[in-house]
Amino acid sequence: MLKHLFHDPLHLVFAQAVVAALAAVLVVLLARKRRIHLESEVLIAMLRGLLQIVAVGSILVLLLKSSRWNSAWLLMVMIVAAGATSARRARGIPGAFTVSTWAIAAGAGSVIAVMTWLGVIDSAITSLVPVGSMLIANAMNTNGLALNRIRADVLAHAGEIETALALGAEPGRSVSPYVQAAFESSLIPAIDSVRSLGIVWIPGLMAGMLLSGARPLYAAIYQFVVLAMILASSGLTSLISTLFIRARLFTSADQLIVQPGR
Amino acid sequence: MLKSNKSVNTLATSDSVLLRTENLGRSVNGKILVEGATFEVHSAEVLAIVGPSGSGKTSLLRLLNRLDEPTSGTVYLEGVDYRQIEPRTLRREIGLVTQRPFLFPGTVAENLRYGPAQRGDTFSEDAISQLLSNVGLGDYSSRNVANLSGGEAQRVSVARTLANSPRLLLLDEPTSALDEASKIEIEALLRNIVSNLRLTCVLVTHDKAQAARLASRVMVLENGHIIRIGSMEEVLHA
Repeated sequence: MLKHLFHDPLHLVFAQAVVAALAAVLVVLLARKRRIHLESEVLIAMLRGLLQIVAVGSILVLLLKSSRWNSAWLLMVMIVAAGATSARRARGIPGAFTVSTWAIAAGAGSVIAVMTWLGVIDSAITSLVPVGSMLIANAMNTNGLALNRIRADVLAHAGEIETALALGAEPGRSVSPYVQAAFESSLIPAIDSVRSLGIVWIPGLMAGMLLSGARPLYAAIYQFVVLAMILASSGLTSLISTLFIRARLFTSADQLIVQPGR
Repeated sequence: MLKSNKSVNTLATSDSVLLRTENLGRSVNGKILVEGATFEVHSAEVLAIVGPSGSGKTSLLRLLNRLDEPTSGTVYLEGVDYRQIEPRTLRREIGLVTQRPFLFPGTVAENLRYGPAQRGDTFSEDAISQLLSNVGLGDYSSRNVANLSGGEAQRVSVARTLANSPRLLLLDEPTSALDEASKIEIEALLRNIVSNLRLTCVLVTHDKAQAARLASRVMVLENGHIIRIGSMEEVLHA
């Protein structure tokens, strides 16, 4: 229908963006009817996402003609932004930004570096930046889920944790059940994505490759490669993040920092 | 159950000071929780802290085993500034029984072994039996804590804290979350344990009658400040 209304490809894509955004707005309105207020969060997220992706698209146009090293700089900026975004899920935990950024850098960064060196990811900017950003974005989501879960569990179980401390337990031991649960639950989306691949969903990368004329089998296998890399980078990020955030939950005198009502 | 007809109230107060606080205080985001608290706890005495809700009783108790950090002053345990003592060691010396028991998933015996295991000690079956017998739960060793009543859970909590052999026992409203029958049982248990083991205790309670039944001295807190401290007669009838 939109194709009949808009003949210019640029106009068409903007019209598609507006229609898709309206669908999201509709959900927000439905939630509002149930007194769940997501308006500002969803609207800001959508506007921010649109501006960011248009900016990145513009930068990619410029990067296509520049040195390959520029893609490394761009990925580093993405890692810092991902660290800042996911650290918001750990409100009240000091040093969450530092932990998140280093965890994503070590988790996603190392997988990107090794896979590029091995030739699994093409080092051309047009391949490295989009695939790298997918790994970083998923590492960010996994890290955000892990930190959110740890924070919620620590708040809900502050009594148990302080009881363990009061009995002379090491801080790490007092929170270990919650840290383990956070690590496991943060990986559920990544594991489920691989598990349901092709049955429940055909991911965007594969769809894009098919649309641009790639052979279906090649597109399918490469999509699996990307999801396996996502699982590896997300798992490593969550492992590092949960390991180091544990120490940030306590003062140097083994006192729990994150507590209900504080 | 320990047998004792001796009331804690009749225990002679030793002159030796086990714990002393000096200008102890804590404020959070500009709000004063406790300020200028200076007092002593003598060996083998029970000091009750009473006061209305929000007066800073629990905040003061949490400063004594350094679960919270004082923003002013300090605490001396047998003359040693407690900031010089490793926090884990300090908390084994100053045990805490909380309002809610917060038992760890597993059996009663596993809960009792938790504290000693933190310093690498094993807690023998005999020691577990003796401790459980002391709290009136002689044959509960292998019971799952999920199946205990509120009163039983609090008894296990007391036994778990005693398993660390603390020199000072902090009791934070130990009966306030219990029904009347359990409350009477736990109070009797505490009276017997404190008396027979000659434990030094700091008891937080909002119940002045309970303070009178259990303690040898009482401290009244209001808005984070100590307004009175002394014998039961001096303070409660002042």
